[in-house]
Amino acid sequence: MTAAEAPAGRQLVYTLAITEGVRQALQEEPLAFMAGEDVAGAGSVFGIYRGLLDEFGPDRVIDTPISESGIIGLAVGAGATGLKPIVDIMFMDFIGECMDEIVNQLAKMRYMFGGKATLPVTVLTMSGAGMNLAAQHSQSLEAWLCHTPGLKVVMPATAYDVKGAIITAAREPNPVFVVMCKGLMALPGEVPEEPYTLPIGKANVLREGDNLTVVAHGRMIHEATKAADILEGEGISVEVIDPLWLQPLDTDTIINSVSKTHNALVVHEAVRFGGVGAEIAAQIAELAFDYLDAPVGRVAAPFSPVPFSPVLEQTYVPNAEHIAAEARRILGTG
Amino acid sequence: MLGRSDARDGVPIPLCAEDAVANSSQAMEPSEEVLKDLHLRMVRIRHFEEEAGKLMEQGKSPGALHLYIGEEAVASGVMVHLSDQDQITSTHRGHGHLVAKGGEFKKMYAELYGRETGYNKGRGGSMHISNVDAGMLGANGIVAAGPPIAVGAAFSNKYLARMEGRDSMNVAVPFFGDGATNEGAFHEAANMAAIWKLPVVFVCENNGYGEFTPQAEHQAISDVADRAAGYGMPGVICDGMDAIAVWEAAGEAIERARSGGGPTLVECKTYRFVDHVGLRGIGLHYRTDEELEEWRARDPIPQHEQRMVEMGVMTAEEIQAVHDAVMADITESIEFAENSPLPDPANLLNDVYTPTAAS
Repeated sequence: MTAAEAPAGRQLVYTLAITEGVRQALQEEPLAFMAGEDVAGAGSVFGIYRGLLDEFGPDRVIDTPISESGIIGLAVGAGATGLKPIVDIMFMDFIGECMDEIVNQLAKMRYMFGGKATLPVTVLTMSGAGMNLAAQHSQSLEAWLCHTPGLKVVMPATAYDVKGAIITAAREPNPVFVVMCKGLMALPGEVPEEPYTLPIGKANVLREGDNLTVVAHGRMIHEATKAADILEGEGISVEVIDPLWLQPLDTDTIINSVSKTHNALVVHEAVRFGGVGAEIAAQIAELAFDYLDAPVGRVAAPFSPVPFSPVLEQTYVPNAEHIAAEARRILGTG
Repeated sequence: MLGRSDARDGVPIPLCAEDAVANSSQAMEPSEEVLKDLHLRMVRIRHFEEEAGKLMEQGKSPGALHLYIGEEAVASGVMVHLSDQDQITSTHRGHGHLVAKGGEFKKMYAELYGRETGYNKGRGGSMHISNVDAGMLGANGIVAAGPPIAVGAAFSNKYLARMEGRDSMNVAVPFFGDGATNEGAFHEAANMAAIWKLPVVFVCENNGYGEFTPQAEHQAISDVADRAAGYGMPGVICDGMDAIAVWEAAGEAIERARSGGGPTLVECKTYRFVDHVGLRGIGLHYRTDEELEEWRARDPIPQHEQRMVEMGVMTAEEIQAVHDAVMADITESIEFAENSPLPDPANLLNDVYTPTAAS
């Protein structure tokens, strides 16, 4: 079920959908706990966990020291010994502090042990630019995670999807990174009150079209949709796909769409070189080459740290205009 | 109790290492059963390792082995106090920890041989050998990766004891070397264990070298136990070449952890008799012959055997019989490993993920 199909009803903003997802995950599973920096007393710097300490108490909603490696280690050890950890890495940029625990421990323990360990770990983290927080608080590093066998990665960009992603992750017996988008915190959307999950590895087709497939994830789904509106006025029909799950990736939905539209454009906020878009473009080239009327296009951030000054940051982050311009170039209408 | 609201409650008063040693030398007398148990664990490790080293150097088992020879008293002295419900994390020098925690030779040699019958079905090898069912959460190829994982296991132990209404908790013991205490992960883990008073006993096997670099060149302290004060936990030093000394120090720390008294850092001064890798090593001369001989003269196994004979616990013949029985088990186990099936390459991708109906 996508947001578009959800029964008309209650609206929640993205941040409150996060809170509700974690709350319901803790309510339904007594072995689940939440830990992270300032998640309890402060309810997180983003306010996304407000009220959880009062509801679940300090044994289940836990402020940790500023120790990202320790936090992921806590999740690995607790997860491997019977609990269902939900941990928060405040800004995605901070995963550099704990990449060993993520890549060498969390992701690999099950495989290295011959399948004799289970790591039901959920990691919540906030990604993306747009708030003038500069190079160490604005990155989109999802490609680092997607390159690591053993992890699942979901990047929800609507209120509906973020709540569903958290509950899905919390019920999963595998490590799941829920990469949230700080630029969408105030975004409202329809969110059912009851707990619900998302199908793992299933893309959302946000808009159907005939001339071009735009594959966008994270915050860029909204820019891609805006670009589709612009292009529609020019007589170009665009299909917009949000893979939602970057690992595992819904290759079939993407390939089927490209087979129909014969043109593809991949969009993300992360740096273009080596980004998830490079993988998606490669898969399209491998699996749908004969259907393509033009080379696969990409719109993504340039190969630079995220700049601070608002004028530079606005230039850096892809937007609907960039996407529309690249679409015209691919289709030869620009 | 966990969490911010009570993090300041009941932080133990840091002891200086000397005080802690004095305190720990209160009369704990090992029973004859314990003395024999310590001996058997040490002998099993020593022979397992010597034979494993030969197999590697004969090219029979693939990859690299980091052998525990010389450090047997540490794993044995700690593990006598632990059950299968208590967890340990280990190092790249991890066979000794698994042997001491009851590891079966057949499954261990089979793992070193990369066979489907190994503890890790041939997916892990020496540096990741594990037995989760018995609380052995893996040897680890990354230095200092174990302590944060052990803290997570200890968190589970405290959480589950509370859920189940038990006062006594299972304990998690991370083993690590002197070199590991220079890694940030160690500090993060020690701090978290201390503020939450988790049932953890940090066991430092100080063998004087971080790989090939002597301790004096890699840290400005000679006693790793001194670090404990920085976390508000007791730090204890013991003779890591003496199984009884380790047994005493570990026993007190484990009991304190079990009953809710929080973590302890136990430093065991020890030495590895062979090189960083393998029996012969790679030919680097970073230790003097004199130093090696000095430590070899303190070999924990003959020392323990002599003491048992003097105390009348075992006769020389009975001791020899233990060695013979262990060797017989090893011979049979190596044969088992050599005759075990290799993993099927068709199953290469098994166990990357836990299968679910949803995925």
